[in-house]
Amino acid sequence: MPTDYGPLSVWGVVVALGLATFGIRASFIYLFGRIDDVPERVTGALRFVPPAVFAALAVPSFVAPGGAVAVVGNERLFAGIVAGAVAWYVDDVFATIFAGMAALWLLRFGL
Amino acid sequence: MRRGVRDAAPILIGIAPFGLVAGAAAIDAGLTPLQAVGLSVVVFAGASQLAAIDLLGSNAELLVVLVTGLVINLRMVMYSASIAPHFRPLRTWWKSLCSYVLTDQAYALSIARYTDRDLDSTERRDYYLGVAVSLWVVWQCCTVLGIVVGARVPDSWGLEFAVPLVFLSLLVPAVTTRPKLVAAVVGGSVAVAGDVFGVPFNLGLIAGGLAGVVAGVIADERLATASRDTDDGGAH
Repeated sequence: MPTDYGPLSVWGVVVALGLATFGIRASFIYLFGRIDDVPERVTGALRFVPPAVFAALAVPSFVAPGGAVAVVGNERLFAGIVAGAVAWYVDDVFATIFAGMAALWLLRFGL
Repeated sequence: MRRGVRDAAPILIGIAPFGLVAGAAAIDAGLTPLQAVGLSVVVFAGASQLAAIDLLGSNAELLVVLVTGLVINLRMVMYSASIAPHFRPLRTWWKSLCSYVLTDQAYALSIARYTDRDLDSTERRDYYLGVAVSLWVVWQCCTVLGIVVGARVPDSWGLEFAVPLVFLSLLVPAVTTRPKLVAAVVGGSVAVAGDVFGVPFNLGLIAGGLAGVVAGVIADERLATASRDTDDGGAH
């Protein structure tokens, strides 16, 4: 599926996407520097960004890895539950990843 | 800085296959090696890169390529807003550098680390850059490796599964209060619904994040009102 676009078009996309992405990333980092006080309501709401976004990033990969909610025969859900338990009791990123990957490989190759 | 690099180590394993794919897929779609590296260096955002590569390869309208990539990256507005107060004392040059290397993972690790209130702004910046720059270096190396050797890592290993595992290991300790649990449950559920119903452009992720934050704020206000009512009532 090689592209028919010439180098100018491809580089145009690269540069435009890069600049706009930088704008998105820099938006609040620059904006907040010019606001004297961050409104309390904003900081209050921002406390909920980590749990909300981490869940939105993580949960679909375990619950619906193929684009549909699956419980039976879903090796990623099982591996995720094992990893979640390790995260809860040990609170260590390496241990959590190791437990999750080991559970996945056990289901794929060991059984 | 050293601690940031150390904490990023497990994530590097997770992004490695992603970076390999980004390099290999770009060549497959007919980009030159220089364009493939350029995409990784200039844009430095994996999901949007893969979307752009895919759409360029199928000769989609250039505007569609651009808008799709941007919508996928819109979630970083939330990270920018969330992490901005910590970068406020920094000079413009540092703000620009920190903005350029902002990713899901760098945000996630740093915001978890910043719950330690004893850190000064230089320590915060150095921790963040320790994470973000090591991600950047590994991402570029893996893109080049993907270009050179192609995607020969067996798919059956499922190494990309390490990425959601990282988010899970950050999610669990982030859920410290009941409103935060509400935020996580709503955020995760909306994102799952977005995937199941095939919401395009990764909008399910953005919707999940926003819905989770709103739900958390509402739950927080409800709980505060409930406790104030019992205090004022004095009936207990």
